[in-house]
Amino acid sequence: MTTSLENLMRKTRKENRAALIAYLPAGFPSQKGSRKALEVLAHAGVDAIEIGFPYSDPVMDGPIIQAAAEISLKSGTGAKDVFDTLNFVHELGLACVVMTYWNPIEKYGPQKFASEIARRGGSGVITPDLTIEESLGWSAATDAAQINRIYVVAPSTTDERLKAVVERCSGFVYAASLMGVTGGRTSVSSQAKDLVERIRSISQLPVAVGLGVSSRIQAREIAGYADGVIVGSAFIKVLLEAQNEEVGLAQLRELAEELVAGVREGR
Amino acid sequence: MTPSIQPEILGHFGPYGGRFVPEALIGALDELEAAHISAIADPTFQAELRELQLTYTGRPSIITEAKRFAEFAGGARILLKREDLNHTGSHKINNVLGQALLTKRMGKKRIIAETGAGQHGVAAATAAALFGLECVVYMGEEDTRRQALNVARMKLLGAQVVAVKAGSRTLKDAINEAMRDWVTNVESTHYLLGTVAGPHPFPTMVRDFHKIIGEEARDQVLELTGRLPDAVLACIGGGSNAIGIFHAFIPDTEVKLIGLEAGGDGVETGRHAATLTGGTVGVLHGTRSYVLQDENGQTIESHSISAGLDYPGVGPEHAFLLDSGRAQYRAITDDEAMNAFATLCKTEGIIPAIESAHALAGAMIIGKEMGPNSILLVNLSGRGDKDVQTAADYFKIDLA
Repeated sequence: MTTSLENLMRKTRKENRAALIAYLPAGFPSQKGSRKALEVLAHAGVDAIEIGFPYSDPVMDGPIIQAAAEISLKSGTGAKDVFDTLNFVHELGLACVVMTYWNPIEKYGPQKFASEIARRGGSGVITPDLTIEESLGWSAATDAAQINRIYVVAPSTTDERLKAVVERCSGFVYAASLMGVTGGRTSVSSQAKDLVERIRSISQLPVAVGLGVSSRIQAREIAGYADGVIVGSAFIKVLLEAQNEEVGLAQLRELAEELVAGVREGR
Repeated sequence: MTPSIQPEILGHFGPYGGRFVPEALIGALDELEAAHISAIADPTFQAELRELQLTYTGRPSIITEAKRFAEFAGGARILLKREDLNHTGSHKINNVLGQALLTKRMGKKRIIAETGAGQHGVAAATAAALFGLECVVYMGEEDTRRQALNVARMKLLGAQVVAVKAGSRTLKDAINEAMRDWVTNVESTHYLLGTVAGPHPFPTMVRDFHKIIGEEARDQVLELTGRLPDAVLACIGGGSNAIGIFHAFIPDTEVKLIGLEAGGDGVETGRHAATLTGGTVGVLHGTRSYVLQDENGQTIESHSISAGLDYPGVGPEHAFLLDSGRAQYRAITDDEAMNAFATLCKTEGIIPAIESAHALAGAMIIGKEMGPNSILLVNLSGRGDKDVQTAADYFKIDLA
């Protein structure tokens, strides 16, 4: 069985372009606002969505995603909301994965979590703090549910380790563009391209680049060599800083359209 | 049963421990593990550390028999291991000197640290000054207010103190921020973690630097009393002083090992920091152990009068010792701890850290249970100078 994500990556490869993958935490900017924002992203031409499971101790995230997670958690977002949001995106017709720190999965039960992702139309899960050494149970759970297992690799990852991690990935490999936490940067680090090339030399899997991507120029640059461009903090920042939700959604559409154009200009 | 003392490969203590971290940190953790392993086997490193312990920390720390305090502990013999007399005023210096030497060995020039009560931050700033390292200490904004004196001490020692405004603004958020710094600056920076939690190799390595507490105490008690103690008591936040004094006694199965957690307003109220008594198994800050968490796996904020114990996680080896039955853990309320704090002040002329007062409160309860012929070894992990303001507020002492 192939997932929607795998079908998407196949399609964008055929179209000779990169996919634009947007990240938003469930329940942000509000429970209702989250659905509106996702509709805006879908209509603007975003290819796939990562739904973030907001977490109390997000050590990989910069101030913007921290703020969004805090807002979402204050409104009571839990596993059920994450799965409902996932299902909402699935019904919009987009490929959708969940991005979550490990503890919410551990608490929910890895098998149950994986099968719920599959049942609600999700393609897979990105686990930024699950190391392959701790992933035995998760591998079994995701295999049984037939969903994608996406790990994040970093510029500091050694060749030997890169091979071991990439071998356990499916759907795509998440390449962190730099050493650091999430949040927009003005330029893309040269480390990103090097890392993508290292992955290409050992695997046929699509590679998506994330961390620090916020502009059309950056999207275009990354789309020149990667299969996917992941944008999170930049979208969230627009929603956080807008004077009201309506303005925020209008600006979100504008930014999304820019980035959608950007990933089509890369090659 | 006697649990294995060394964690298995990959840093597990039974089902606990391990590494739950971004891939970006794996290289640094591997490097640290290799440095730790090679340092242990290197006589030059051991000699250098030993020299610092003798001439800088003031080891061995002495044992004081608390005879007047014993009257409030059922007449049991109470032997205090005086880690409060170490340079910087707590056991924290043991680990900090070891890790600072490792930092030098790895060729890194910058250390970062988290701190709750400020004891570890002060110790880290001290080692940074001694070794000429740049030092940044992350401290929850709430704790910078509660422990202003220690903020001043760290600044005097040349460290930069960053008040963390995220989340609950306490120790757990300081650790989050330190980890973010580390992910960003991992090439130049060593994260000098202050407790036996976090990803492998921290729980093992920090324990190794603290186990001297129990090794010394075991010999000292044998010499003083001619036998092993009936019980060894220590307070537990992350668990570093406790594992330090427990470790040498793990094979002595007749010696009870008792950890005293921060019960806050009482475990039944939900306002506490008693992770082993009132928590469930989960993953926090890179390790699997007991955690205070809700049904979605979100960390629940802990509460304790003691900033140093105010942490919703605990070291994985303690989780293992609990499950295996080798150690037991009990919760001490704020009021019980403050009563023990006042009792030690007035009976022995020693002002303990409020953290350590939890262990003393345990001695007052367990001494009564075990009776006058028993010998209790209590780790007095820190001194209470930093807590004078908190104690004055608690006891409504007129400072005018």
